[in-house]
Amino acid sequence: MARAAKKPLTDRARAERKLGLLLCAPAGIVMLAVTAYPIANAIYLSLLRSDLRFPGQREFIGLDNYVTVLSSSLWWKDVLHTVILTLASVSLELVLGMLLALVMHRALFARGLLRTAALIPYGIVTVVAAFAWRLAWSGSEGGFVPKVLGLSTDPLTQTSTTYLVAILAEVWKTTPFMALLLLAGLALVPDELHEAAKVDGATAWQRFRRITLPLMKPAILVALLFRTLDAFRIFDSVYVISNNGVNRPLESVSVLGYNTLLNRLNLGLGSAVSVLIFVFVIFIAALFVKGLGTSLDEQTGAGK
Amino acid sequence: MIGTRRYAGWGAVHLIVLTSALFPVLWILSLSLKTSGDIADGRLIPRAFSLDNYFGAKGIFKQSIFTDALFNSLIIASIATVISVVLAAMAAYAIARLEFPGKRLILVAALAIAMFPPISIVGPLFNLWRDLGLFDTKAGLVIPYMTFTLPLAIYTLSAFFRDIPWELEQAAQMDGATPAQAFRKVILPLAAPGIFTTAILVFIFAWNDFVFAISLTSTGRAQTVPAALSQFTGASQFTAPVGSVAAAAVVVTIPIIIVVLFFQRRIVAGLTAGAVKG
Repeated sequence: MARAAKKPLTDRARAERKLGLLLCAPAGIVMLAVTAYPIANAIYLSLLRSDLRFPGQREFIGLDNYVTVLSSSLWWKDVLHTVILTLASVSLELVLGMLLALVMHRALFARGLLRTAALIPYGIVTVVAAFAWRLAWSGSEGGFVPKVLGLSTDPLTQTSTTYLVAILAEVWKTTPFMALLLLAGLALVPDELHEAAKVDGATAWQRFRRITLPLMKPAILVALLFRTLDAFRIFDSVYVISNNGVNRPLESVSVLGYNTLLNRLNLGLGSAVSVLIFVFVIFIAALFVKGLGTSLDEQTGAGK
Repeated sequence: MIGTRRYAGWGAVHLIVLTSALFPVLWILSLSLKTSGDIADGRLIPRAFSLDNYFGAKGIFKQSIFTDALFNSLIIASIATVISVVLAAMAAYAIARLEFPGKRLILVAALAIAMFPPISIVGPLFNLWRDLGLFDTKAGLVIPYMTFTLPLAIYTLSAFFRDIPWELEQAAQMDGATPAQAFRKVILPLAAPGIFTTAILVFIFAWNDFVFAISLTSTGRAQTVPAALSQFTGASQFTAPVGSVAAAAVVVTIPIIIVVLFFQRRIVAGLTAGAVKG
């Protein structure tokens, strides 16, 4: 509506627009070129029979690749693996991240030390973190955990314990990130509210539930959004901890996509998997954005 | 009395946080210091300390797969960082200071890419890079790294830039400084901390990547450390060469620990600035 009453632009405003667009153009073009073109290409490839081992047999086959993927039990097994990994690690991270954020917020001394310690898992290479956990748990690679727990079978040959190790590795690596995002939200909760509730006799738990949590809802949703999407794309830790499927039983959808594309060199099927992952990610993001929208509306009292 | 009890309580909490954060790192360090005979003994502290895994005849510094990868990682992550920060700084300056149509569009695009699953474009890039001769080259990794770090860099930098008192630039010019002088002497020193922080975050991201690294490289020409680590061959395909993996893991972790030790305050500020104010 503001557009309708267009005022003629002054020279200065016009120059500012031009400069703004010029400065943003390189970053915009790079982001578009390196993601939009390949994803369009992936959609196109997913409609072809295209196997790099048989380059002569390339032809258009419509949605056949999707039918193949969606009717394969391997795909649904990997979806289940990924969903379990995502739900378990994100919910654990939320609880532990909140505790860590409260600790960093309230600590009486050595806050710098806490922050430094927490940032080490954040900064560490994911593959390294995954190896640290794998080598601690792997019976055949001299891990101490099977010895300490007196396990007779190698935990990394069983699905349930491989899950556990992958979740632990993921939670260890990313809880600090969650905590830092929550810490920023925690800093926005005014102290006076807590003081007032204290005077009225509210317990620490009541104050946390009734004051801190509601005020932090947007921060929590943002942190959850980023971590859920990240966890759903899980690749590095699963690849390393399951030794990419060699004798080990865990595979995420991203690892399935990688194996179809680059080990089996089946571009058509692999692209169908890639596109399906992309669709899942959009779906998760849309859910959160909707949740975030309503929670911001509630907060500002805007409603709809 | 209550005071000391509270301090003791906090001491215990600190101990728990420190132990959980550092234990896996110390375990890898301990593994890397074991002799090849002790490597599978499952002891937390090595029976005998040895640097063979690093500098021995079969140590990682004698294996070209590792030394090449270390060199590649440094070069690729550095170049990606420089390009990404320069492009992002231009965009962030415009976002923080100028009025122009499409401002929201660039922020939304950046947000979308931050959520984008890399695996979805690995296939097409693999295909395209082979056609363009970019497969297994350093440029072939720099391009996706700078792309996927741009959102983080744009959000962090525009949050920092918004807090710069830009009036100072005009004030300096009024006092007789040329625009170039005003920029160099006034604005640059104010912007430098934000740019530096962003560079650290971008570098950590590029240093960490694995998906692109194993998909778009195949030899020591461009393979980075995470990819090389997964390719180390052990006694059988079921086991990794534990000593080499542990030693290599320690070497790539050292730069991160140094950066974190010196710049923890900045890193926290950078991570939260982008998330909260963006």
